[in-house]
Amino acid sequence: MRYIEPHAHMVSRTTDDYMAMVVAGCKAVCEPAFWAGFDRSSAHGFYDYFCQLTDYEPKRAAKFGLPHFSWLCINPKESEDIKLAEDVIALIPEFLKRDNVLGIGEIGLNKNSRNEMTILEKHVNLAAEYDQLILVHTPHLEDKLKGTQLIVDMIKSDSRIDPGKVLIDHLEEHTAKIVMDAGFWGGLTLYPESKCTSPRAVDIIETYGGDRLWMNSACDWGVSVPLAVPYAAQEMRRRGYDDETLDQVFYQNPVRFLSQSPNFNIGK
Amino acid sequence: MKPKNKQNTVDLYYMEARSKLIDIAAFMDRVERDGFTDDFRYLAFKDALKELDSDNRTRKVLLSLSDPTKELIPVATTKAACGAWPDKPQ
Repeated sequence: MRYIEPHAHMVSRTTDDYMAMVVAGCKAVCEPAFWAGFDRSSAHGFYDYFCQLTDYEPKRAAKFGLPHFSWLCINPKESEDIKLAEDVIALIPEFLKRDNVLGIGEIGLNKNSRNEMTILEKHVNLAAEYDQLILVHTPHLEDKLKGTQLIVDMIKSDSRIDPGKVLIDHLEEHTAKIVMDAGFWGGLTLYPESKCTSPRAVDIIETYGGDRLWMNSACDWGVSVPLAVPYAAQEMRRRGYDDETLDQVFYQNPVRFLSQSPNFNIGK
Repeated sequence: MKPKNKQNTVDLYYMEARSKLIDIAAFMDRVERDGFTDDFRYLAFKDALKELDSDNRTRKVLLSLSDPTKELIPVATTKAACGAWPDKPQ
């Protein structure tokens, strides 16, 4: 099978993971900017990180023949410090000129605080000004329901934003309908404990249809599985889905969303 | 979306679900044996179990474990989530 990994934090992974993904049929990997597991002490740390995402990591992926794309932002976990966040956002336009950048992400909320929302609004404004795709992180566990509704309400209130160019990630059964009804794309993140297991992700696709949903591993430095996407494809096979449907869900759908960025080019 | 060749769902998932059910029972026995039954997460867990007797169980379990409020909080004092809403009335 062929598939797209639309959300993976490859800077945290090994070359063995790249090899395994390519062998499993991965045709492109997309890497949103995220929390490093610790707070960076200044905007300079983000400048270096953006260089890593737009220069070094694509070269590392290219050694395995894998096209690498990135999304840029300051993540919501570090958005409580408004001054730092504003300094980081000011860096982003320079990096939007780089060839592998798909848009602004993964922005969103973490604990649903006022400052997180202020920085989310600034990111959405940046996306509108530069006509960029948006990738949104929704909060974890008990904070997800409230945060997802707040995010949807905020983005819907900005008439400059086309919901078809926004993907809201980490959906579960209690948030999928909110996002789908609002016209956004949705992401299902396959984690062993939090977020979705493969069977639940397939349940959600069976409930809402596969047209505006994708699955991702969001593999990073925590407990996560870089091959979670092809494992989910195997789950669909167990249920009786054919190869044509798998190609639609795991390749054609993410390509359709990502191709709205002129930088997403993986050939035929 | 539905598969062209629909499989028997119980055949596919029964053993996995049985195993998880026994794990839940063992978790509850362990918490009670070790005396942590007052923990708000355990209380929320037991509350969420009641939703298994309804329809749309997955959604309702998730809702039961969620913060139902709608206003932004003044400031984030932590980054982590714990899996249950600490302020849920018991």
